Amino acid sequence: MTDPRPAKSPGLWARLARARPTKPGEIYGVPGQGNTFWLSVASVLALLALWWLVTALGLVKPLFVPSPQSVLAKFAQVWREGFTNTSFLDHVLISTARVFGAFILACAIGLPLGLAMGMSPLMRGIFDPPIEFYRPIPPLAYLPLMIIWFGIGETSKVLLIFLSIFAPIVLGARSGVKSAAIEQIHAAYSFGATRWQVMRHVILPSAMPEILTAMRVGVGFGWTTLVAAEMVAATSGLGYMVLSASQFLQTSVVIMGIFVIASIAFAFDLMMRFLERRLVPWKGRM
Amino acid sequence: MSLKIDHVSVIYPAADGRPPVAALSDINLDIGEGEFVVALGASGCGKSTLLNLIAGFLSPTSGSLTLDGRMVMGPGADRAVVFQKHALLPWLNVIDNVAFGLQIQGIGKQDRYRTANEYIGLLGLDGFQSSPVYKLSGGMQQRVGIARALTCDPKILLMDEPLGALDALTREKAQELILRIWGETGKSVFFITHSVEEALFMGTKLIVMSPRPGRITHVFDLPFSRQFQSGTLARQVKASPEFIALREKVLNIIFADEEAVE
Repeated sequence: MTDPRPAKSPGLWARLARARPTKPGEIYGVPGQGNTFWLSVASVLALLALWWLVTALGLVKPLFVPSPQSVLAKFAQVWREGFTNTSFLDHVLISTARVFGAFILACAIGLPLGLAMGMSPLMRGIFDPPIEFYRPIPPLAYLPLMIIWFGIGETSKVLLIFLSIFAPIVLGARSGVKSAAIEQIHAAYSFGATRWQVMRHVILPSAMPEILTAMRVGVGFGWTTLVAAEMVAATSGLGYMVLSASQFLQTSVVIMGIFVIASIAFAFDLMMRFLERRLVPWKGRM
Repeated sequence: MSLKIDHVSVIYPAADGRPPVAALSDINLDIGEGEFVVALGASGCGKSTLLNLIAGFLSPTSGSLTLDGRMVMGPGADRAVVFQKHALLPWLNVIDNVAFGLQIQGIGKQDRYRTANEYIGLLGLDGFQSSPVYKLSGGMQQRVGIARALTCDPKILLMDEPLGALDALTREKAQELILRIWGETGKSVFFITHSVEEALFMGTKLIVMSPRPGRITHVFDLPFSRQFQSGTLARQVKASPEFIALREKVLNIIFADEEAVE
């Protein structure tokens, strides 16, 4: 009955194959639980180190992979002198304005439309086919049409980005309508609420988590489409900067531009996550 | 207050190749002022359908429902519903949840907070006015739901297994709380439960329902909630020979129904 020997520690395979007892404070068997912050930091540092090592040892020509130092130096130079006669900040501002202009427009039209599609079979019947038709098409495929119809000015650029953001926003708002529990809706009606009041006081607030997620996804699509949009006779913008630098084989500017776009998109995503914690702290908790 | 349910039937139409289902068949029930009517029965007996009819979420296939002589046409603030769960609004704190019905009716903030605070006090939620509801325990959430239902001063409270999601101890405390509030407010109550003991303890009238078709098979007048109100302890009431005898009788009816279904 008494066996003083400690249990044999399981082999590597046994540990991978099934969950171990957890530490107090964690829940047994939750998939993928654990903090990853320091691991992520280490991952980023390792990639940077690898980048530096490969270039420092001269394994790859600078034309293909410029060194981190030269990218930084290029950043400093472009920051001071601008690129193709436009200051760096102007490049950033014009691209940000295009993406966020399109984003605000997509929210202003897409959110009410998505909610209406969720609420009304009439609206769903009318708008579902066109949205589902264009949604999977890559923006580059209809870029020529945009140019033919709207010219090479700002309209076609913003419109292209708008279309890439619009579909996920509409779909998010539409499926968000389904988030309200039927008990919540019945409770409101039993107090004599009108359909409009139910929409305003129950369905809209409970759709907020999905709407915020859709906005995050949408703005990501916007940045993805930016470079395509700035292929169209642009003379400024981060996408333009990357494209024209690639034509001059200025790889360090290309990489720098990529980092700048990623940073802005990441900063916005952090802001959205912050908003999410502030606006819908109850998400997934009731 | 008088609710009359007169020869009401509900038939769900045929679907997926199955024949039409009679969810309720020829229901007759009167609920008078201050009565506490409990519906009990095997699953599928139509308890919830009956509650949805009274609430106005569903219209009967035949027969009529009248509240104080007026036909029930759709939901209204004179019939408040307390749900088992998922009915609070997590983006509102306790007081705004309690005041939600008044807000829907366009009552100004000061007035609705004053009324809400009365019921928050009545339900023992004082001090939690600004707590987010999703951080409360299940028992407290249910008290918020009851307070919210009471604020609009309904003629009848419709309670759809309100204590079904609570643990046993919390549940017994909540039963006593509901009886106390029923005594203080004098509201009529229609209460659905799966628990025979809860049904016997709380009701002034028990209706036992059977499935296929959903119908009322037995009606009992109950003395136990009045005994509790006149000062007998809940556990004493539940341990009395009359209570136990009736409990066994009702359990036999329900088990016979369950076996008939299998």
